[in-house]
Amino acid sequence: MCGIVGLHLKDPALEPRLGEFLVPMIEDLTGRGPDSAGLALYDRSVPDGSLRWSLRAPDTGCDWSALATRLGEDIGQPADVEVKADACLLTVKAPADQVRARLAEIAPHVTVVGVGAAMTMYKDVGTARQVCDRYGIEQAGGYQGVGHTRMATESAVTTRHSHPFSPAPDLALVHNGSFSNHASIRRRLEDRGLVFETDNDSEVAARYIGDRLDQGDSLDDAMRMVLKEFDGFFTLLVTSRDEFAVMRDAFACKPLVVAETDAYVAVASEYHALATLPGIDGARVFEPQPEEVHSWVKT
Amino acid sequence: MTQVLNPTVAEVVLSCRELTTRQINGRLRELPEGSVVRITEARGTHNLAVGLRHRLDITIEGNAGYYTAGLSDGPDVTVEGSVGWGLAENLMRGVVRVRGNASESAAATAHGGTVIVHGDASSRAGISLKGGTLAVAGDVGHMSGFMAQAGTILVGGDAGHALGDSLYEAIIYVGGTVRSLGADSRVEDLTQADVRRVRDILDIAGRDAGFDHVDPENITRVASAKQLYNFDALKNQRY
Repeated sequence: MCGIVGLHLKDPALEPRLGEFLVPMIEDLTGRGPDSAGLALYDRSVPDGSLRWSLRAPDTGCDWSALATRLGEDIGQPADVEVKADACLLTVKAPADQVRARLAEIAPHVTVVGVGAAMTMYKDVGTARQVCDRYGIEQAGGYQGVGHTRMATESAVTTRHSHPFSPAPDLALVHNGSFSNHASIRRRLEDRGLVFETDNDSEVAARYIGDRLDQGDSLDDAMRMVLKEFDGFFTLLVTSRDEFAVMRDAFACKPLVVAETDAYVAVASEYHALATLPGIDGARVFEPQPEEVHSWVKT
Repeated sequence: MTQVLNPTVAEVVLSCRELTTRQINGRLRELPEGSVVRITEARGTHNLAVGLRHRLDITIEGNAGYYTAGLSDGPDVTVEGSVGWGLAENLMRGVVRVRGNASESAAATAHGGTVIVHGDASSRAGISLKGGTLAVAGDVGHMSGFMAQAGTILVGGDAGHALGDSLYEAIIYVGGTVRSLGADSRVEDLTQADVRRVRDILDIAGRDAGFDHVDPENITRVASAKQLYNFDALKNQRY
């Protein structure tokens, strides 16, 4: 099964309440995915030129302030730290590749969950409620958020195998379904030098889209290429810093309901996850047609 | 829980906010024949009014979830909103009416009864229909009528790709356009029996169901080309 939710706010007045809206949505889909849960939230609090790193060290723990001090010294820029349970948000003004390389060297036990100029990413095993409580999602603000509840079918139940998958800064993908030819596509991408973190099928779609974007595709075009290249069942929600896009495969076996008002675009695997949103009774509610990309751009 | 009196029958009101789905279906099962029921604050709740085997008049306020009025053999159910997947799945008897849209697989495997959708229905509407009637005033999605064995599907609007793929003896009528026919389905000439059948369905659907644009004399009949199946043992059996 798996559950997908997404919220793209058009009305800035709602932004302080992003987490408050998103938590009941993702919690409602716990039944579709009780194994693990994950969220990507987008906000405007990162200073210009900086990137915010979503990090975890669940097994070993980490002295995050010591890590930030060491990293800051190594790259000559101060690193700001915010600790949330076993995760940490580290904000620093330095190129992504440089920070990633330094982190790998000085803190090999730390996992990079995601990075971005707007995105923070949390994911963990457990129910949506447990994960949201652990990281204080209800209190989070922002202009866009996606969530996923996972019922594992293709690979193990671990945090690394949880969604969302982030193949590039600020890019997040959540998937309901399963791909049957992911191993072939993975080999092809690996031959071209792409590096995978897991054996998960959804990660292949995420890195495939990331790769297409690197080659200059628009997000809509990259998603349409998934239709050509991937076999299997999929409803996908992909978000970037300013885009929010959904697509279902040719058979449309995996559900998705979209609700749009003047204030927001909201999507969920099932309608009742949207029923708590303000103004839902007046929303335009529809299901995306098979093989059609629906996307919204932040203005 | 409150009871509202109307001039004829006491209407029983069951709120999805106050009761679990299991409690609501349990209460419906216990109600006497002929009861009038209003289910409130559905908010997309799945499995409402399922598995009922006696005559009830049930109205659901708002949007309902998956399998609404499924596995039922008796009640008339009206949803004053839209519904999720599997509307009236395996219906045996009764009229199920949705004033909004229905998601995928509406009236799947329905053996009897009538399912009326005032809006659109999504993919696989009437899949594996086994004798029931499905009437959709708007459009239906791809693979509608897939492997439908018996019964009638009336589409007021347009039908999506692969309509009637692998059809058996069910008949599909389409008021609008057919995006494409599925394997072994074909368009056939309309007979006076077809016109009467469509008129009968429109009578049941009622004037407010959104079929005003449908002209029973000018409609497309889609049926099996019978190249994919041979049921010799059933050759003279009537459907």
